[in-house]
Amino acid sequence: MDFEDSQEEAAYRAEARGWLEANAAPFARRNAELKADPCARLQVGKAWQALKARAGYASITLPREVGGGGGTPLHEVIYRQEEGRYGLPTDFFGIGLGMCIPTIVHRGTEAQRQRYVTNAIRGETVWCQLFSEPAAGSDLAGLRTRATRGGEGWVIEGQKVWTTVAHLADFGIVLTRTDPTVPKHRGLTMFIVDMKTPGVDVRPIRQLSGETEFNEVFFQAVRVPDENRIGNVGDGWNVALTTLMFERASAGKGLGFAGSPEILRLARQVDLGSGPAIDDQRVRERIADMWINEQALRLLSARALTALSKGEVPGPEQSINKLVEASHGQQAAYIAMDLLGEAGALTHAELGDDWRKIERSWTWGAAMRIAGGSDEILRNIIAERVLGLPGDIRPDKDIAFNQLSG
Amino acid sequence: MNFDFSPEQKAFAEQLRRALQKASPLREARACLEGSSRYSEPIWRELSELGALGAAVPEAFGGSGLSSFELCVVAHEIGRALAPVPFVSSIGLCAQALMRFGSDAQKQRWIPGLAAGRLIGTAACAEGKGELTPERLQTELRAGQLHGRKLSVLDGLSADLAIVVAKDPAKEPVLCLVDLHAPGVVRRPVESVDPSRPLAELVFSGVAAEPLGRVGEGWEAFDDLLKRAAVLIAFEQLGGAERALEMARDYALQRHSFGRAIGGHQAIKHKLANVFTRNEVARVHAYWAAWALATDAGELTLAAASARVAATDAFAFAAQENLQVHGGIGYTWESDCQLLYRRARLYALVIGSQFAWKEKIVRALETANAA
Ligand SMILES: Cc1cc2nc3c(=O)[nH]c(=O)nc-3n(C[C@H](O)[C@H](O)[C@H](O)COP(=O)(O)OP(=O)(O)OC[C@H]3O[C@@H](n4cnc5c(N)ncnc54)[C@H](O)[C@@H]3O)c2cc1C
Repeated sequence: MDFEDSQEEAAYRAEARGWLEANAAPFARRNAELKADPCARLQVGKAWQALKARAGYASITLPREVGGGGGTPLHEVIYRQEEGRYGLPTDFFGIGLGMCIPTIVHRGTEAQRQRYVTNAIRGETVWCQLFSEPAAGSDLAGLRTRATRGGEGWVIEGQKVWTTVAHLADFGIVLTRTDPTVPKHRGLTMFIVDMKTPGVDVRPIRQLSGETEFNEVFFQAVRVPDENRIGNVGDGWNVALTTLMFERASAGKGLGFAGSPEILRLARQVDLGSGPAIDDQRVRERIADMWINEQALRLLSARALTALSKGEVPGPEQSINKLVEASHGQQAAYIAMDLLGEAGALTHAELGDDWRKIERSWTWGAAMRIAGGSDEILRNIIAERVLGLPGDIRPDKDIAFNQLSG
Repeated sequence: MNFDFSPEQKAFAEQLRRALQKASPLREARACLEGSSRYSEPIWRELSELGALGAAVPEAFGGSGLSSFELCVVAHEIGRALAPVPFVSSIGLCAQALMRFGSDAQKQRWIPGLAAGRLIGTAACAEGKGELTPERLQTELRAGQLHGRKLSVLDGLSADLAIVVAKDPAKEPVLCLVDLHAPGVVRRPVESVDPSRPLAELVFSGVAAEPLGRVGEGWEAFDDLLKRAAVLIAFEQLGGAERALEMARDYALQRHSFGRAIGGHQAIKHKLANVFTRNEVARVHAYWAAWALATDAGELTLAAASARVAATDAFAFAAQENLQVHGGIGYTWESDCQLLYRRARLYALVIGSQFAWKEKIVRALETANAA
């Protein structure tokens, strides 16, 4: 047992680190300066992505022929750890390169691979995932957006929601219902949609945090050629499962929440009435409880890396990752705010830029308990797939979609 | 990155698991519970024959000269099997402390017997309610003779020797080594929450004793002894927590209510998913502590305390929810739920409760994040 890189891993890390040292700083600086201007920041992101692609650090696990890095999942994790130190504008490409493009690589046609993959890896296009709807989130297969045959191809009609980065996206993968007369999982089909097609209307949604990262997307008689279909007609659910598998695989890369360094610093600074907060036993117990989860996340990722390093698939313990991490974000933020007493209600505008991390832990912690599979859905998955307990009762399962009530 | 046990260590675990399964550990635990035995001699002998007890003891002292990793594997399997044996006391506390602080003569005299399971050792700490502190320590080593009373000594009735936390006449804490067959030792069984791992009161009235390690460094040595033992106890706790989850899962699949297996009701599914989550959190901390123990890493203090806290929490939660999942039958004397419920509580208290260990975590974090 050890926490050291193997020789090959160490060599890869050293190379990546050297490359980042030579190239990352100007992009990180621009990224920080442009915090308030997403469009300008996107341009910096595209340039960074192009540079990475040339060096083989974009989509590391995809083959070189399509513009990827031709590396292993382990290389990807190592590179991510190193890149993560810089604060670079990579957030626009997470969904596209983490989920949409791998779906096309694995389930798309040769023509689709030719047309979409390489330029996406180079940062020339931004992608979004158009799955969730007002009436279909956890129960994704309950979606209502219709695709019907029309002319040469298909006509899409309906509404998507919570679509991250849609307002900046060039393309999306959209899951639609093509046959309402069969049970819900069976009548779905997936398409690639050009976000500039007439009838696509993206309306940004303001989040609890005040930022705008996700959107609602309306489809009004949107024409999509049949060549944009991913997988067979009626096989959309299986294609979507491929996408979601990649979503889970990219989870757990560290959400950057506050933890013991921030909390200890604060606890040393503030006074709870009887001296420094750090000497207060109530505070100390909460720090200890938080630490257990905080450190478990680091150790879990060491476990994942170990499995990858042996060429194995990370074990079932990884399914607890997001569950622990999202709640940890909330807990850390609560401790920080409680330490400040009434002043804990203030924002970074009053408390300084350092406080942003606490706010982000508070807001994004809440978001991450829902996004990408809610806590409750994840517990179901652990219970069913890891522990082998029975599935929930499903009154909807064998009934034609158009016969369902509610 | 290789944050895992080696294939050889896993094979050793597998071998132990099979041997322990054959030895009917639950029946043995119940025999202790009913008062007909203090620990399982057949299982203890089996572990000795497999080289499990002396796994981390050098060959020169009769051990198999492996590492603390193997010792953690042994603790884990004992925990899973709920085997009623004095491993924590004899190996986790006594042998580990002797290896670390003993003189050559002391090691020569005691270690081979402990490693072979011929002798049983323990440590005697608590004297009253609350946490033991240097100021409150009453037991005294005076001119080579020990005077005092220890309240709840694990395996105190079975043990041949004990490491006793005491002070010298100048009130300096010191660890002492005591032959419990020496004149002046009086032992009394005390009733406790888990008779499958019995406790005893030990009274010393002028018993011959020798210091273990240097006088004046007794408290540091005591701290060190506790953290090393904590790692092994955490592995026993982790094993127990896994066992509790398995038992609950099996029962949830078999027991029906409202027309289906109770494991299909979401309240039960989510409960067991939460148990799984805490178990996995405890596992990674225990592995980290195993690494720190085996490599004597600087993080040992933090890793041992973290493993202790996470494993205590996981075992308590798993044992309690396993009983809950069983319903009424879980509350019977006949059910095995009680064995886990009792063991989880006992192990949450030996070597000190969560209050003490969470405090150790924060102290270590303060050092790691020095202002
Ligand atoms: C920040 C953010 C970004 C997102 N980005 C995208 C994106 O880019 N593309 C996209 O398609 N979607 C995206 N989503 C949507 C996300 O996938 C859904 O919000 C999520 O799947 C939950 O669906 P819902 O919001 O409809 O909640 P619901 O499914 O209505 O759930 C409401 C509550 O009921 C619980 N619940 C539901 N079903 C069960 C059950 N069977 N058992 C127990 N409890 C249950 C849930 O856990 C939740 O607590 C994003 C969401 C967030 C918060």
